[in-house]
Amino acid sequence: MDLTEQQIERYSRHILLQQVGYEGQLKIAQGKVLIIGAGGLGAPAALYLAAAGVGTIGIIDADVVDITNLQRQVIHHTPDIGVPKVTSAANKIAEINPDVRVIQYHSWFNPDNALQIISDYDFIIDGTDNFPTKFLINDACVMVGKAFSHGGILRFEGQTFTHIPGTACYRCIFPKVPPKNLVPTCSQAGVLGSIAGMLGTIQATEALKYILGIGDLLTNKLLVFNALNMQFRTVPVKKNDNCPVCGTNPSITELVMEEQAVCELKTK
Amino acid sequence: MKITVNGEAKQYEQAVVTVADLLVLEQVASPEMVSVQQNGDFVATEQFETTLIHDGDEIDFLFFMGGGSIPDFSNI
Repeated sequence: MDLTEQQIERYSRHILLQQVGYEGQLKIAQGKVLIIGAGGLGAPAALYLAAAGVGTIGIIDADVVDITNLQRQVIHHTPDIGVPKVTSAANKIAEINPDVRVIQYHSWFNPDNALQIISDYDFIIDGTDNFPTKFLINDACVMVGKAFSHGGILRFEGQTFTHIPGTACYRCIFPKVPPKNLVPTCSQAGVLGSIAGMLGTIQATEALKYILGIGDLLTNKLLVFNALNMQFRTVPVKKNDNCPVCGTNPSITELVMEEQAVCELKTK
Repeated sequence: MKITVNGEAKQYEQAVVTVADLLVLEQVASPEMVSVQQNGDFVATEQFETTLIHDGDEIDFLFFMGGGSIPDFSNI
């Protein structure tokens, strides 16, 4: 595989970087990233990964664009209201960068499709809001040895870490899904739209670093920030021997959608 | 007693004896939902009441945080 002259020009600011270069850009072009949830986190992640020239971007989301999404889900525009999020996202990616192959999954990520879908990708971005899916992504990635980026936002705060095989996973930190309504979600408590951009672009950066094999990933550490005072903190976290999925004696050996919901405002 | 809580040096007049006491003093909402690290090691929720805190300990509270595909709950 070679880059065309036009591609060399398009990616020149990457190629100039000593840690990327021509070879690195080729790695990006061959990279495959799955974005689970084309929402607040998935939107900025998808935009930057597309612009960066990631060869294959998979997007899974069964939802359609809603007017309340537009405050932060920057890949979706006003005329997209009512359009499936995967379609809306794929259209924008095609406009940004025709080099990118987009694979759309207009469905929910669930225990039946999880392993098959993630097996096609190098890196997975968790852009979901609900805890059962966050735990499912974690368990599926741990079971098949995939790298992923966890992301969470609420009000003015965000948290993220990266898992690669052998490092702390989500369940090392939070062993089980929280019960309904004990943890507020963004739709109950609100979120400053730009927080989603801050966090989603960190996740995209981790994906690019992983593909390139450069720098230090956010493994074995949880990055937390509060945008009100703009303080960032990295909390070291250890792989937990008692972890129910990656510990020495795991109790979770197959994928399940654990516990129904954080809150159910409407049903589908 | 001096403890570092979430990276911040804190001094307590009160006797902070256990992790559960500290969660009360720090007015942590839904303490059963918080992950606690003491000097870098996780404390199991069921051991909050019995895990003693020592002068100079570094304690981190880690909270659940959702994410991006919001506010439609139909994807749950």
